[in-house]
Parts: sequence; structure tokens; C-alpha cells
Amino acid sequence: MLEETGPEWLSEEVKTGTTIIAIEFNGGVVLGSDSRVSAGDSVVNRVMNKLSPLHDKIYCALSGSAADAQTIAEMVNYQLDVHSIEIDKDPRVRSAATLVRNISYKYKEELSAHLIVAGWDRRDGGQVFATLNGLLTRQPFAVGGSGSSYVYGYVDAEYRRNMNKEECQQFVLNTLSLAMNRDGSSGGVAYIVSIDEHSTEEKVILGNDLPTFFDQ
Amino acid sequence: MEKRCMDSQVKGVSTGTTILAATFDGGVVIGSDSRASIGGEYVSSKTINKVVQVHDQIFCCMAGSLADAQAVTKAAKFHLSLHSVQMEIPPLVIAAASVLKELCYKNKDELQAGFITAGWDKKKGPQVYVVSLGGMLIRQPVTIGGSGSTYIYGYVDAKYKPNMSREECLQFATNALALAMGRDNVSGGVAHLVVITETGVEHVVVPGDKLPKFHNE
Repeated sequence: MLEETGPEWLSEEVKTGTTIIAIEFNGGVVLGSDSRVSAGDSVVNRVMNKLSPLHDKIYCALSGSAADAQTIAEMVNYQLDVHSIEIDKDPRVRSAATLVRNISYKYKEELSAHLIVAGWDRRDGGQVFATLNGLLTRQPFAVGGSGSSYVYGYVDAEYRRNMNKEECQQFVLNTLSLAMNRDGSSGGVAYIVSIDEHSTEEKVILGNDLPTFFDQ
Repeated sequence: MEKRCMDSQVKGVSTGTTILAATFDGGVVIGSDSRASIGGEYVSSKTINKVVQVHDQIFCCMAGSLADAQAVTKAAKFHLSLHSVQMEIPPLVIAAASVLKELCYKNKDELQAGFITAGWDKKKGPQVYVVSLGGMLIRQPVTIGGSGSTYIYGYVDAKYKPNMSREECLQFATNALALAMGRDNVSGGVAHLVVITETGVEHVVVPGDKLPKFHNE
């Protein structure tokens, strides 16, 4: 007896199966992500911006289950607003990361999302925090999502301390492009957010403007 | 938790290894790590050489089940030496790769092994061929394999250039192996490299403490 199950994308979980990266430079951070959202084999959104603002100068990058990641980001956005009213100043990046970590850890059995939190604050400048599985760790740079496996070697080899903003943006763009070429769950366009003391700049790099490599 | 698609999980059985081969101007470099592990928990050998010579100027590296790979390479060595006696010339690299491909394809239901074949012959010069799990044969300028290769796809795509010099290619291969060994817990030990050119074959072994170090080490 053949059952009418309908199109796959109605029954498969929607994942952001993705590539995300955040890197710190002297004076700020750069975050980057791809734009593909898949449900099983189908791409249900090819232009999703996975870089979500938590506050004026604090962003997070979403990966894993799309619903879980978005919900965590929205909850932390709300909690951070309340917190910043209470302390009467802009929140620290570490506070935002701690709020994300608290949710990820408390509900670690039910949730499957990994958020990288990055931003700039007056006290410690640019900072990047990884919150995978409920840990909290500050790192010079962090990569995440299914596409990140393919670029661990590249980022290990190419990362140098004390890069400036433009070099960081190029580093993020190269890394995203390489991962999108190899990971079936990453693709589309690249979103880049650069945060420093003076501004928060969002940019989109379209498919044909991405860096290409020797076999393309 | 999110699934990271790694060779060892997808294929089920893996030699837990990193292998690669790359062509440069005038030759090829083929290399591997040297760790053999049981279940990813115990390192049964720190210094195993996974680069096998199948003829004077043709080498291959194996990925997948070690037992299958050894059986197939033994059969291939035999076929190749008979072939070269009958032809009265050294075998072509594509002949070696084809022999491996035939064995993998005909026995695809029983075997779980893939190969990288690299070498030099008079007809086409330096060549690299990859025979995948089901028996597909394809020629590529550079190729990587094994569980550790997942981590260096980005690095290889970015850093490989066609027609590098011998030294550049050797450095590229050493860096790629070192990066993979740094991230994959079932790859490690020393880097075994073989450089094959028209004039001959050179083995290079880079011990663990001489491997290139990167920012986080």
C-alpha cells in the first residue's frame, strides 16, 4: 500500500546546515554567513540572513535547527534589551554570550542549535564567543555549522593575529566561499557584518562576486 | 546536535587517515599520515606507511578498510607486473589506476576501499587518479582522501596552484597533511611523502616535531 506522504520539505526538519564564522580584529569584529536553509534535500530559502542582531553592536550567527536558533536569538534580544535598561548603558558582549549560553545549556537536550556571539563593547573591544553545547569560550575566531569542517585546515593555516578590518573581511569571504563550494548544505550569497566603535556595517556579496579558486 | 558529515561516519569503516596527491611541474607528490588506530581510541601503530609502491614509478595510497585495500593492492601489483612484461614497456599510470578500478567496481558489494594512484609515465607525464568507493575512475590535478581530508578541502582548494615547483608542491603537501593531522584525531604521527619525477622516486619523511606549526600551536 503506497502512502501519499507529500513533498519532502513539508515533513523534514528545517535546518540552517550552514557555514558561519566570526573573527576579532583590533577594534572590532567581522561576522560572516552563507544564506542556504535546507529541509532534507530541498533548499527552502536561498537568501536567509543568518546574522541576527542581539543589540546595536552585538550580533550572533545562527546554525543548526533554524527554529531553535531563531528562537534563542529572539529571546536573548529581549533579555538583553531589559538588561541594558536596567544597567543604563550598552551591554557587554560577554553578557550577551552568557545569556545565549544559559539557554543552550539549560535546554541542551531539546535544542540543537549553535550560536556564535560577536560584537564590540567599550570595556574589552572586539570579542568573539563560541557557545556550542552550552559552553562559553572566548576565541580569536570561531567557525561553525556543517560547512566549517571543510575549512578548519584553511583557517588554521591562514589566521594571523593583528589583522586589520579589511584583511579580516577578505579572510571571512574566502573562508565562506571555500566552504560553500564543498558543503552541500551551504550556499547562496554571503552576508558580512563588520562591527567597530564607530559603526555596524552589513554587506551582501552575491554569488558571482565571491572569490574563486583554481578549479573554477 | 547538528550532524557533521565526516568520512568516518558516512562510510562506516575508515582507516582513519589522511592521504593526498598533487601534480607539479614535472612530477607528482603523493603522501599520507602514519597513524593506525582501533576504534579511534587506541593507536595501534604510530609509524605505518600507507603509501604503497605498485611499480617503479607508480605509487598508491589507500583509504577505507585496511584489509580490503591491502588485498586489492596485492592483486593489482601482480596484474601490473604481468602486464608490463607482456607489453615490454613500463605500465602507464592509467593502467595501474584501471586495474584498481576494475577490482573495486567488479567487487563493489564486498569491498570498502578507495585509492589514490599517482605516478609518472612517458606518455602523459605526471598524473594523479582517484578510484572512489564504487569504482569510479577520474583524473584530477590534486586529490585528497581519508577521514582527515574533510578538514583540508578548503585549504587545498585555496592553496593548490597548477604547475608549482617541486619545493612549493612539497611544502603544500606537508602543510596540508599537518593541518589535517592537527584536527583529525585518527590521523597523526609522521608525514610520509613520495616525489615521483621522470628521473626517479624520492621518499621524504617529516617527523612530528618538524611538521609546520600554525597559529594555535
